[in-house]
Amino acid sequence: MSTDAPERPGVPQESSLHERTPVGEEILRVTALTKHFPIRAGLTKRQVGKVHAVDGVEFELAAGETLGLVGESGCGKSTTGRTIVRLLDPTDGSIVFKGRDIAGYSRRQMREVRREMQIVFQDPYASLNPRITVREIVAEPLRIHGRYRGSHQGKDRVAELLTLVGLNPEHGNRFPHEFSGGQRQRIGIARALALNPQVLILDEPVSALDVSIQAQVINLLEELQDELGLAYVFIAHDLSVVRHISDRVAVMYLGKIVEIGERRAIYAEPTHPYTQALLSAVPISDPALRGKRERIVLEGDIPSPANPPSGCNFRTRCWKAEEICAEEDPALIDRFGHGHPSACHFAEPKAVIKAELNR
Amino acid sequence: MTEPILSLRGLVTEFRTADGVVHAVDHVSYDIYPGETLGVVGESGSGKSVTVMSILGLIPSPPGRIAGGEVLFKGRDLLKLSRKELQRVRGREIAMVFQDPMTSMNPVFTVGDQISEALLVHDPHMGDDKARARTVELLTLVGVPNPDSRFDQYPHEYSGGMRQRAMIAMAIANQPALLIADEPTTALDVTIQAQVLDVLEKAQRETNAATILITHDLGLIAEMADRVVVMYGGRVVEVGDVNTIFHAPRHPYTLGLMASLPRLDADLKRLEPIPGSPPSLINLPSGCAFHPRCRLTKGREVCRTDIPPLREVDGTGHRAACHFSEEMHAAVEQIEAETGVTLTGDSQ
Ligand SMILES: Nc1ncnc2c1ncn2[C@@H]1O[C@H](COP(=O)(O)OP(=O)(O)O)[C@@H](O)[C@H]1O
Ligand SMILES: Nc1ncnc2c1ncn2[C@@H]1O[C@H](COP(=O)(O)OP(=O)(O)O)[C@@H](O)[C@H]1O
Ligand code: SF4
Ligand SMILES: [Mg+2]
Ligand SMILES: [Mg+2]
Repeated sequence: MSTDAPERPGVPQESSLHERTPVGEEILRVTALTKHFPIRAGLTKRQVGKVHAVDGVEFELAAGETLGLVGESGCGKSTTGRTIVRLLDPTDGSIVFKGRDIAGYSRRQMREVRREMQIVFQDPYASLNPRITVREIVAEPLRIHGRYRGSHQGKDRVAELLTLVGLNPEHGNRFPHEFSGGQRQRIGIARALALNPQVLILDEPVSALDVSIQAQVINLLEELQDELGLAYVFIAHDLSVVRHISDRVAVMYLGKIVEIGERRAIYAEPTHPYTQALLSAVPISDPALRGKRERIVLEGDIPSPANPPSGCNFRTRCWKAEEICAEEDPALIDRFGHGHPSACHFAEPKAVIKAELNR
Repeated sequence: MTEPILSLRGLVTEFRTADGVVHAVDHVSYDIYPGETLGVVGESGSGKSVTVMSILGLIPSPPGRIAGGEVLFKGRDLLKLSRKELQRVRGREIAMVFQDPMTSMNPVFTVGDQISEALLVHDPHMGDDKARARTVELLTLVGVPNPDSRFDQYPHEYSGGMRQRAMIAMAIANQPALLIADEPTTALDVTIQAQVLDVLEKAQRETNAATILITHDLGLIAEMADRVVVMYGGRVVEVGDVNTIFHAPRHPYTLGLMASLPRLDADLKRLEPIPGSPPSLINLPSGCAFHPRCRLTKGREVCRTDIPPLREVDGTGHRAACHFSEEMHAAVEQIEAETGVTLTGDSQ
């Protein structure tokens, strides 16, 4: 294996990139992040338009915290995650990781960043090579980065990782298909942790799992975070899961963040009409609340990101929309001085989950 | 008490596969009464869908086989009907809404033609014009905008939510007495789910049909069901009215589901997952199929040797299949303390 020492100009000093950012300090800042996919047509594959998958996303992440990124399918959550780890090239915007803008980094430069920031996908089966053993799957990133030194040290590290995620290291010589969905997700997590990163982008890591298994994986992620000081960007469409795991929450709609803030603030006092509709629409597993909640039913379907509405892109389904909404894109700003920005001209705090929260 | 409209009695359905016999439905019994919504909940592979497919004679054979039991619908055993007789019941008296409407709609016919056809099959004297008018009425009822022009569109021209609305329109076209909805909103986003649930409730009111709502989502059950059947490993483990099931569960599996569930309306201290994973239906654990994962069994032998019968626990029709269900009260309190969830508390 070749050395992993940085030799190219522009590659940050290993010492600084691989220094642990103290818990609570900013580790990632995304500004005006934009990703458009070209739409091509005809024999010449001429570009006839573009999908506004991510359209000016901004947030920051502190070391050791969890930011939940929530929204309905197609709103750009996965594209945001994949662009941040540079599996996709951003159309525009900056991605500042540990103080350096990695938005324009080359593949080679990204290799060093990948040691510190990893992504875990929803479907572990699709993302794990079915033909190699679990031990090899977990060892692979170590080998690529020249960290599988000496067969003993390497083996020990793999065994340690498998134990860390609650798998029996003796099962390391089995293949992915011999494991259940929950176990496969653990394998994916072990692999992501191999190089001891500080940030994990988790793209719907529990969405495909049944509730009892989902809870096991959520608890594992919480334990790992405490133990290893990890920061998570936790992408999901399940608002209850996001409430449970997040410190802060960002709500996305059609490529934009419409509201962001502390978890309690978002759930107890949502201010954006979309957040309110979303929260009011989630069934709550308590029959005593039946009929006591207002279910805000939005009209129509989500518009196509190939042709988003002008101004506020939620206006076509919004019950508050007025003329200004078609003309002016509302900025994501703190409108009530409570440190919890929302992007709506008519934002207004409103409790929608339970009347008791309405204090 | 009124008579049930449908009674399952000891239903057994198996599949012969290369790996062995899958005991998908293992002596399942439950009743559904006129006008009620019965929620059937359980994790994937617990036999929820195969149970209702058996009711409708939709089990592929081979590999499937209904090996025992009765399905009494309005007094007749559906398992004894000829294919033709069953076809008459299906679609007219019992209608179904699936998770993915694309599987039950024909892609080469327009949505309107398919609904009209459903009407005409059961009432050939209706005539095309009347069928079209009635179809447009149904599409209007379920909130499909511009139903006149939407009539002539194909299923793929509908969005997921719109297709599910059309599916509901087709299901209620002949005023069925029983509507079976199998994960009707699972593939939909939450704001679209809210729309479809509204339509489903409206369709129920309109037809006064009894509804079997199958879902893995306890939230949906809490919002929609009157009574609840909980399935595990191809068996019914608990039945009761919705409030009792949520506030006073008497089977450790039901409690385990609730303790595993993050809440939208509360900050929990922690989740308390059910350990291990769901059983293989080819090789079900002996005795109580839940025993390897159970917090109540504490190694007691009877759990490993005897299948617990589904028995009455408090004289209100609440039944649970656990040898030690009288110990559940303490177990519920323990879970409440561990997770911070309130089950029995003031919310009642
Ligand atoms: N590679 C791609 N090419 C073209 N469009 C894409 C591509 N990936 C995603 N999209 C589109 O971008 C939008 C956002 O998708 P995605 O980020 O996957 O959303 P989410 O994860 O929130 O469901 C969707 O409209 C999707 O169809
Ligand atoms: N055609 C089939 N062949 C073999 N096994 C089947 C078939 N259909 C269903 N099963 C098995 O029956 C069991 C119960 O399935 P199902 O009723 O679909 O579960 P649920 O609806 O609760 O998720 C599962 O183990 C499933 O794999
Ligand atoms: S019968 Fe035994 S193993 Fe089964 S649920 Fe009850 S206590 Fe647990
Ligand atoms: Mg996604
Ligand atoms: Mg099913």
